[in-house]
Amino acid sequence: MKARFILFSVPLILFVVMAYFLATGLEHDPKELPSMQLHNAVPPFELTSVDDPSQIITQADFKGPALINLWATWCPSCRIEHPVLNQLAKAGITIYGIDHTDERQAAQAYLKLHGNPYALNVFDEEGELGLDMGITGAPETFLIDAEGIVRCHHVGIVDEKAWRDVLWPVWLDVGGFDPTKSQSGATQ
Amino acid sequence: MTRLLVLVASCFFCVNLSATILVYEFEDEDKREQFDELAQELRCPKCQNQNIADSDAGVAKLIKDRVYKLVKEGKTKQEITDHMVDRYGDFVTYRPPVRKSTFLLWFGPVVFLVVAIIGLLIFIRANNAKKEQRAPKALSQEEQQKVQALLKQYESDKDQNSPN
Amino acid sequence: MIPEIGHFAVIIAWVVAMVQAVVPLVGAQQRSFRLMSIARPAAYTQFLFLTISFFALSYSFATNDFTVKYVANHSNSYLPIYYKLSAVWGGHEGSLLLWAWVLGAWTAAVARYSQALPITMIARVLGIMGLIATGFYAFLILTSNPFERYLPHFPVDGNDLNPLLQDFGLIVHPPMLYMGYVGFSVAFAFAVAGLLSGQLDSAWARWSRPWTTIAWCFLTVGIALGSWWAYYELGWGGWWFWDPVENASLMPWLAGTALMHSLAVTEKRGVFKAWTVLLAILAFSLSLLGTFLVRSGVLTSVHAFASDPSRGYFILALLSIVVGSSLMIFAFRAQVLKRESNYQLVSREVSLLGNNLLLIFATGVVLTGTLFPIVMDVFDLGKVSIGAPYFNMYFVPASIAMLFLMGIGPLMNWKKFRVAQLAKPSVIIGIASVVLSALFLVLSGWEFRWVVAVAVTSVFWLVLFSMWDMYNKMSNAKAGLWAGFQRLSLSYRGMLLAHLGVAMTVLGVALVANYDVERDVRLNSGESVNIGGYDFVFNGVKEIQGPNYNATQGDVEVILDGKSVTRLYPEKRIYFVQRNVMTEAAIYPGLFKDLYVALGEPIGDGSWAVRIYYKPFMRWVWLGSLVMSLGGVVAMCDRRYRMKIKQRLMSGNTAVASGD
Repeated sequence: MKARFILFSVPLILFVVMAYFLATGLEHDPKELPSMQLHNAVPPFELTSVDDPSQIITQADFKGPALINLWATWCPSCRIEHPVLNQLAKAGITIYGIDHTDERQAAQAYLKLHGNPYALNVFDEEGELGLDMGITGAPETFLIDAEGIVRCHHVGIVDEKAWRDVLWPVWLDVGGFDPTKSQSGATQ
Repeated sequence: MTRLLVLVASCFFCVNLSATILVYEFEDEDKREQFDELAQELRCPKCQNQNIADSDAGVAKLIKDRVYKLVKEGKTKQEITDHMVDRYGDFVTYRPPVRKSTFLLWFGPVVFLVVAIIGLLIFIRANNAKKEQRAPKALSQEEQQKVQALLKQYESDKDQNSPN
Repeated sequence: MIPEIGHFAVIIAWVVAMVQAVVPLVGAQQRSFRLMSIARPAAYTQFLFLTISFFALSYSFATNDFTVKYVANHSNSYLPIYYKLSAVWGGHEGSLLLWAWVLGAWTAAVARYSQALPITMIARVLGIMGLIATGFYAFLILTSNPFERYLPHFPVDGNDLNPLLQDFGLIVHPPMLYMGYVGFSVAFAFAVAGLLSGQLDSAWARWSRPWTTIAWCFLTVGIALGSWWAYYELGWGGWWFWDPVENASLMPWLAGTALMHSLAVTEKRGVFKAWTVLLAILAFSLSLLGTFLVRSGVLTSVHAFASDPSRGYFILALLSIVVGSSLMIFAFRAQVLKRESNYQLVSREVSLLGNNLLLIFATGVVLTGTLFPIVMDVFDLGKVSIGAPYFNMYFVPASIAMLFLMGIGPLMNWKKFRVAQLAKPSVIIGIASVVLSALFLVLSGWEFRWVVAVAVTSVFWLVLFSMWDMYNKMSNAKAGLWAGFQRLSLSYRGMLLAHLGVAMTVLGVALVANYDVERDVRLNSGESVNIGGYDFVFNGVKEIQGPNYNATQGDVEVILDGKSVTRLYPEKRIYFVQRNVMTEAAIYPGLFKDLYVALGEPIGDGSWAVRIYYKPFMRWVWLGSLVMSLGGVVAMCDRRYRMKIKQRLMSGNTAVASGD
């Protein structure tokens, strides 16, 4: 009879195991995707600049430590993060832009109106560069180190909280410039 | 009521969609089939569980365009899937990879089935063997005589009580 | 005022449920007739108050009471009345109230239609259902109250129901589904009651069967409706996606099917008792797991309600208590169950065991595939997606194997069956099936595929064997075939019908999954394209105006062999009020094929993007499900389930006699 008891306890044990997984699973966000770009170099590309169609930009022109910000005029969230980007750029942080599946004229007008934080701005009309960098929408921001390796991939708006909690620690880690100066500039 | 009936009837003829239809042209039927299969097996990384064929999202269109380009270049299904996995991770394909971590997933059911069948066979055989052990032994001489006596008794009782 | 009444009513129902849970169960332990008699009145009272509550919520929707948060979030004054009423279950809180109401309805039904049951049994069954109700109503009242108000600042008009839900499907699919899900709680209650009392005999099985079968019928229809709705509503021609929420409904269905068959064996032969009880617990546990998956946000799904992990913890706790305690009772009490007969390796018992094995195997595959991403994430092994390639790999062979087994299973005798009896018919029917299958595929003109050939062969195998068996049974009567048919029990006829339904569904699935054609093409006015053998001639577009929208209407003529089959008018509508663009595709439904056309965007050079589908045997998938369900209903009407009390008293099977 003891054997039968053990046999009949199997469903209970299996259930407890499953319940454990479900409980732990509740703490995880199923939509959060790990980035494949981390610890990889920026993928090779050759595209024109937003401002000047005759200027060609390649991955070699992205010199870190820097931020690479993917944005577009059709993206309302990008509009929200733009002032923060302007502040960061003013504090001396290099920001490269990737204008994703956008219209050149609209982009130029947008930058003229809202300010241009970008040291270089790539015109990714077909969205190929964005796909190669594994983006799922706009805005997304990458942080590259001095070797051009991606060290951080932030999906969503770069607001003050995102900068402080996510990007700033990595920025320091890759040897970003003078902390005190950027702290006062960035957290206004 | 009529409105409801019309509504019910119209459901057999009309459909609601809210997406754009994209046209990808192929000369080669095999390539078209390959594209269709990939569109159904690749997952939209941003959506609530949709493949790129059904999804409206911008990233889905990007992926579809890239798949189209690669299919036309003659890449195999596996190569294209790997290309996407390089950029988005295993999440982007509905066909999970076969790795040590997914052994349980892919082979678990088969192993379970085999074990279950064997277990059942053993269980049935064991129960039948037990039953044979418990089967009544043949009657001994004494018991047989008792049975005969009782039967005779029964026969005579019946004769006595029969309504003749 | 009315919403408060509704809120109060559900709280009263909760309290009554607690009474219904505790008192009869204690009474059954203590053999107190007085305590046990609380069960039935409590059940009716609970149902009454739930009905009041449900009515109150419906009333709030019908009268556009936007002070109620739930109404404001899911309705609008312009919504037609039938959608306002269906919107009651269009969101999380309201659908939970529907769940609760359906549970109350089943509880009241069990109370009403169980006169033949001994009082201890009914007390325990209703007590257990009361426990489940207590847990559920607690969840509703404490975390998901549909009667919350927006006072003092409430919106002038509501957010409107999601346009995708403004459809006939919303009216029928959730209620049917819930009737099925919740209905398995009855079988669950019977099983646990049986374990507690130790009385799990033929009578117990005979009582459980009708309840299980009705629930199963509802669930079958519910799932079929969902598939049909997705097909015409979402417009991607898809009818099953192996989405977690879809799987959440399929798993209880598979387990429920296994349960129905296992109950048959327990009733007739008094064996498989522990297994049947376990299946009853499993079926309802899977229903609860489904509730968890849909509402907790632990998995991503197009169907999921707005997810809230805190709700997830509550449901998980509920699930753990219900399933954990029942499995504990099972572990301790299942040992007292004794088998009442024996069977050989080749017998109908074993063939039904095979049926169960395949069904539970399929359940396990679906469960594994659905939950594995969570497991991998918890172990930090990465994020994977599991979809059709995985599920189909196991499900297809399992289904085909089932059909082959279903052909010969019903022909086997109980206890011991000589395989030799089937040898000759198997060979004949086997060859006939292969020939018919080949003929079918050749005549259809479709490209040969092994999986389709085997599937169609298995369908013919099942149909031929069923017909042969029926003919044999009918021709036993001396008075002729018709008399023979009438003598067949409803139970048998129901089984045949249900199996036929399965064959139809499998045939439909095999053909539409393999031979459907979906094409997005670019067409200029006058151009045509050939899809699935039909010529679709695009005749351009024109602007029209509807009652509350403007539309661009396309004109597509379908021609077969020179003759016009139909003319389809797909539209792209812009509604005045919402200003969003909705594409209305046009479907030409048929028994042997569906033709479907949708209008896309103009491509700029005067041509248009047009989507065209050819879907062969699509409707067989759902018609088969309806036939399956009908078979279940027929089987349930069998006389032995409707034996009047007088007959029972005469046969000595009274409450007093069979008390434990």
